[in-house]
Amino acid sequence: MAEMVKKATRESFGLAVTELAAKNPNIVVLDADLAAATKTEIFKKAYADRFIDVGIAECNMIGIAAGLATTGKIPFAASFAMFSAGRAFEQVRNSVGYPHLNVKVVGSHAGISVGEDGATHQCCEDIALMRTIPGMVVLNPSDHYEMKAAVKAAAEYVGPCYIRLGRLAVESFHNNDDYHFEIGKGITEREGNDITIIATGLMVSEAIKAADQLKKEGISARVLNIHTIKPLDKELNWKAAEETGKLITIEEHNVIGGLGEAVCGAVCEKCPVPVIRMGVQDTFGHSGPALDLLKEFGLCASNIVKVTKEALKK
Amino acid sequence: MNQSEKKALQITACKVRMGVIEGTFHAKSGHPGGSLSAADVFTYLYFKEMHVDSKNPKDPNRDRFVLSKGHTCPGLYAALALKGYFSWEELKSLRHIGAMLQGHPNMLDTPGIDMSSGSLGQGVSAAVGMALAGKMDQKDYRVYTLLGDGETEEGQVWEAAMFAGHHALDNLCVIVDNNGLQIDGSISEVGGPDPIDKKFEAFRFDVQVIDGHDFDALEGAFNHAKEVKGKPSCIILKTVKGKGVSFMENQVGWHGKAPNEEQYQTAMKELKETLSGLEAE
Repeated sequence: MAEMVKKATRESFGLAVTELAAKNPNIVVLDADLAAATKTEIFKKAYADRFIDVGIAECNMIGIAAGLATTGKIPFAASFAMFSAGRAFEQVRNSVGYPHLNVKVVGSHAGISVGEDGATHQCCEDIALMRTIPGMVVLNPSDHYEMKAAVKAAAEYVGPCYIRLGRLAVESFHNNDDYHFEIGKGITEREGNDITIIATGLMVSEAIKAADQLKKEGISARVLNIHTIKPLDKELNWKAAEETGKLITIEEHNVIGGLGEAVCGAVCEKCPVPVIRMGVQDTFGHSGPALDLLKEFGLCASNIVKVTKEALKK
Repeated sequence: MNQSEKKALQITACKVRMGVIEGTFHAKSGHPGGSLSAADVFTYLYFKEMHVDSKNPKDPNRDRFVLSKGHTCPGLYAALALKGYFSWEELKSLRHIGAMLQGHPNMLDTPGIDMSSGSLGQGVSAAVGMALAGKMDQKDYRVYTLLGDGETEEGQVWEAAMFAGHHALDNLCVIVDNNGLQIDGSISEVGGPDPIDKKFEAFRFDVQVIDGHDFDALEGAFNHAKEVKGKPSCIILKTVKGKGVSFMENQVGWHGKAPNEEQYQTAMKELKETLSGLEAE
């Protein structure tokens, strides 16, 4: 067993891309004056000659990454999700997505757990934006070990990919030694038959905590970890819909366009069942300590427990 | 440049212009004005300046070209066809359903296209990325990108220019087709990007302003650009939008409009006369 670690997935990303670079000379990292925050500074310290700080110019960063990719480089272009996926959306769409270039767009400080910086920096739209781009892989890993494995998978995958990172330190619940990550393959974190909680990113650990609590109260809740929003593991979602009959999705993202809608789209195709979409309910965030904000927006284990019980009463 | 070489380039440029008219006529849409103003620089790049091989379009050591003003691809396509990347007949299916030649350049399907482009302002960044990779890998290829003058109203152009100047990318050559017109009117009336030369100088470029229809001037400028060390180059081409087809010259309405049957015949007749004049000299 690997030890439990408490790390923000942004740091796990920085460590992973630096480790991978030792074996893969094509990996380069770009940042837009946020290296200390996105943790690309870890890479910068180890590989200064393969680190490119473009300054505060995210649209240009994505374009430069595209140009680098045409020559065989594997660029990881990082900024806050608000800027890499948000501000530079059209550059990602036209300069990376359309030519299907091997650029990894990295969005750090995603969701409301950015905390005190407030709404302008709390990106709850990045998953929606990135998943609409044809051919784009969208990854939202949940803890340290999953992020490390996801970054490795992204580097090995040839094509455009978006990786979502969180700011907040989170306890790991995966095991480094036997953790297997496959793009597009969801993970059943807890078995259960009464209902399924489908979670992504930092919400996976909350969903697991909720399921463990519910179990004590005699409710058998399945937990799916959807680390890949696109391509979505439809089979796993269909199976959960068929076997448990009710679904709850939870994400640190607007309920419009994110995991919840992706799951709804999938289950509608084969086995429509009621889906409750937990997440940011089409509002902007605001300033405050991250953990308090998550509670306020209902993105915590205790609220999942509450919503699950209500769902089972209906 | 000797007279026979110049003559050969002029003949090729005239054929490129015929390709522009052929393509946009058959497409019943497209952008002839800026394709014609850039016909001479397309010709110079592909038939004199760049180290490229149509038989090996993905050669990692080749020079690169990014058409940042992607809408003027009818001119680039004509030059690529003449260079042997694909057949001349392809030009007649420009913009058709199922055609290889898309309305804006698509690097995935079209041999010779080094970067997909068309959303203005983005090509310079991609060219900067290619130039940066060349520096990192210690390769001696050069990267060229062509912008419209109206396109310099896009902020991303200056983000990329700042990076190129700051990183002293002397393997990068930014070319501006300064024909003075954009869709809604003259650039001085609409967006006011002038003085473009002073702006690139401020971003630490070596800047030259030349007659973009004069092959001697093009040769002088591109040769000088190759000698510049420690800074990127910018060549501003003073051009005439619609150049070579008299009724299209300096007419803003020909930015994005295809010739009808009668206009097509008139334009082709004029270009054929130009061509036979050149060949007879």
